Amino acid sequence: MPIPRRKFDTLIVGAGGAGLNAALRLASAELRVAVVSKVFPTRSHTVAAQGGVNAALANVLPDDWHWHMFDTVKGSDYLGDQDAIEYMCREAIPTVYELEHAGVPFSRLDDGKIYQRAFGGQSQRFGGEQAVRTCAAADRTGHAILHTLYQQNLRARTHFFDEYFAIDLIRDEDGVAIGALVLEIETGEALVIEAKATLLASGGHGQVFRTTTNAFINTGDGMAMALRAGVPLMDMEFYQFHPTGVAGKGMLITEGARGEGGYLINGDGERFMEGYAPRALDLASRDVVARSMVTEVREGRGCGPEKDHVMLKLDHLGAEVVHHRLPGITDICRVFLGLDPAERPIPVFPTAHYAMGGIPTDRYARVVAPARHGPEEVVPGLYAAGECACVSVHGANRLGGNSLLDILVFGRAAGTDILEYVRNNPNHRPLRDEDLEPVVTRLGRWERTGAGEGVAAVKADLRKLMEDHCGVFRDDATMAAGVEKLKALRERVEHARLKDQSKTFNTARIEALELDNLVDVGMATLMSALHRQESRGAHSRVDYPERDDELWMKHSLYSRDGDRMDYKPVRTKPLSVESFPPKARVY
Amino acid sequence: MSQPTDADQAPRAATADAELSRVGWQCRRGMLELDLLLSQFLTTGFARLDAAGRADFLRLLGYPDQIIHSWLMGREPPADAELRRLVTQIWAATAKHPGDAA
Repeated sequence: MPIPRRKFDTLIVGAGGAGLNAALRLASAELRVAVVSKVFPTRSHTVAAQGGVNAALANVLPDDWHWHMFDTVKGSDYLGDQDAIEYMCREAIPTVYELEHAGVPFSRLDDGKIYQRAFGGQSQRFGGEQAVRTCAAADRTGHAILHTLYQQNLRARTHFFDEYFAIDLIRDEDGVAIGALVLEIETGEALVIEAKATLLASGGHGQVFRTTTNAFINTGDGMAMALRAGVPLMDMEFYQFHPTGVAGKGMLITEGARGEGGYLINGDGERFMEGYAPRALDLASRDVVARSMVTEVREGRGCGPEKDHVMLKLDHLGAEVVHHRLPGITDICRVFLGLDPAERPIPVFPTAHYAMGGIPTDRYARVVAPARHGPEEVVPGLYAAGECACVSVHGANRLGGNSLLDILVFGRAAGTDILEYVRNNPNHRPLRDEDLEPVVTRLGRWERTGAGEGVAAVKADLRKLMEDHCGVFRDDATMAAGVEKLKALRERVEHARLKDQSKTFNTARIEALELDNLVDVGMATLMSALHRQESRGAHSRVDYPERDDELWMKHSLYSRDGDRMDYKPVRTKPLSVESFPPKARVY
Repeated sequence: MSQPTDADQAPRAATADAELSRVGWQCRRGMLELDLLLSQFLTTGFARLDAAGRADFLRLLGYPDQIIHSWLMGREPPADAELRRLVTQIWAATAKHPGDAA
C-alpha cells in the first residue's frame, strides 16, 4: 500500500526552543508549518534549562554585545566562527525583547527591567570585571520559554504532529531536501511529509554516554538523519562533561558543593586530588578533576562493588551548611540515593552534558557541506538549529547562558531565511518513488524476524563503550580501541532483532530506531576525537596536552560513508568588527 | 458462558501491552530526573495500582514537567490528596537505601 503523503510549506523536526521559535516566525507569516515531535512538545529537553539567556541588555551593570562576543570567542577556545558569534551576540538583544513581548515571564529587577544574573566566563570590557548578562525567569527559564512558544504556536495555528518519530530526510535527484518520512507512534503507520524547506531542530545526543544529564529523548535523531542523508557532522569531538554527576544516574551535583568545602575520596578513603592538583585540589578546572576521577577508577581505586565511581564527601560540613546552602543536592540525594549528604558521601562520576558539535550550518541556519565549489556549499531546502546544529558559536567549549541563546537566535534566523527561501521556491518539488526508496528501506530494517540479540543489551554496551573510550580520558590507544569496538558493535546492531513486531504503540521499535541514531553519532564523536591530536576546550587529550593553533585551528567534518574525516577552516573574520586573535585561555 | 480461548486472550494481551507502552511513552519527559523516577515506577509500582490509582497516574503525567519535578523532588506537595498519595507511592516504589546508591 502506498505511504500516505501530506504537504506543508515547512517541516520542522523537533519541538524544543529552536524548532518552536522558527515555527512561530513562519506560522505568523501565514506559512503552513508542520512540527514533528516524538514526545508532547512541552516535554522537550529545553524545559530542563534552568540558568538563563545571555544578552547584553545592561540592566544591572554596563554591558555591550561586543564584550559578550569577546567572552564567547575566548570561551570557544578560538574554534568558534566569529561571524556567527558576532551575529548571535548582536541578535541576542532583540531576541530577548521579542520573547518578552511574546509573554515569557522573565524575573524583574526593582525598576521593572528584565532580571539578569552573573554567570561564569562573562566579563565587562573584554576580560575585565564580572558581567551580569544572563536573563532569567527564576530557575525555570527553559520551561517558561518553551511553554510560551508552544502557546504562541497554537495561536498561530502551527500544525503539531505529536508523538511522531522522524525516520529519515528525503532528498531529490538534485540533492534538494523535500521533506521526511515519519512514523506515527500510536499506529505504527508511516507518513511522508513533503515540504519546501525542512528544519532539523531535534536536540542533543547525551544518551550516547552511560552517565549523562540528558533526558532519555536525547538520542541524536536529527544528527543521524543528516549523516544518512550524506551531510557530515562537524566538531563532534567537543562534548562538555561535568566532573560530578550522580554515579550510574547522571544528575548534576553542582560545583557549589566543592566550593562549600566538599572533597573527593577514592575507594581507599584517600583525598586523591592532592596528587593531581596539589594547590587547587578539588577546585581545579573541570577537565582536570574529571580526568583525575576517571584515573582513580581505571587504576582500581574506585568505590562500590564494581569500583566504578568515587565519593564526594560533604558530611564534615555539618547539616546546617549542607541542607541550607545546598538544598538541590540534598533533594537529589534523598530521592535518588536514599541518603543524607550531611551524613554520608555521594557516589559520583563525570557526566555528559552538552554537544558543541553537530550539523554544520551558516549563520542563516542553512545546512552547509563540502561539495564541488568549496567546503561550505548550501544544501538547498535543509536547515538546522539548536543543539543538533553546529553554526559554530560554541567552538570547543560552550559558556553558561549561551545554549538557550543559540537555540533562540538561530531558530529565529532559520525562520527568517526559510520565509525568503519559500518565497523564492513557491512550489513543492516532485517526489519520485526513487527518492523514497532509501528511507523506506530503513523503515523496514527492524521488521526482520528470526533469532537475534535484543536492543537494550546493545544500547547498554554502546553507552559503556563511549564512556570508557571517548569520555573525559582520551588518548590514542584508548580511542583507537574504542573505534574497533564500535565497529564490531555496529555489526551487532545489523543482526539484532525486535521480538515484538506489533504496530500499535510499539515503543520497542522506536527505541531500536534510536539505537541506530546513537551508533551513528557515537562513531562521529569517536572518530573526530581520535583524529584531533591536540587539547582544546572540552576535548582534552593526555597524549597531546596543548592547544595547537598551527595544525588544528580548524573544524572537523565526519562523514558516515567510509567513516571519513575532513576539515575546513575556522571563520575568523567577524561581520563588522576586528577579529579576536587566539590567545591562551586564562581566567 | 464459555471460557475465553487463547484466541480471545491474545488480542487482549496485545492491547494491554500497547496500553502499558502508551503510558511508558508518557513517562518520557524533558528532564532526566523525571525519566528515571517515572520509568522506574512504571516497572515496580504501576502494576499494583487499582483503576483509580492508574487514572491518577495518568492525570499526574498530564502536568508540566516543572510541576511534576517540584512534587517528586519534595519541594512542594500536590494540592489534591490523590496526587499526594501517588507521589508517596512513587517514592516508596523507587526508594533507594543507603548502600545500594550506585
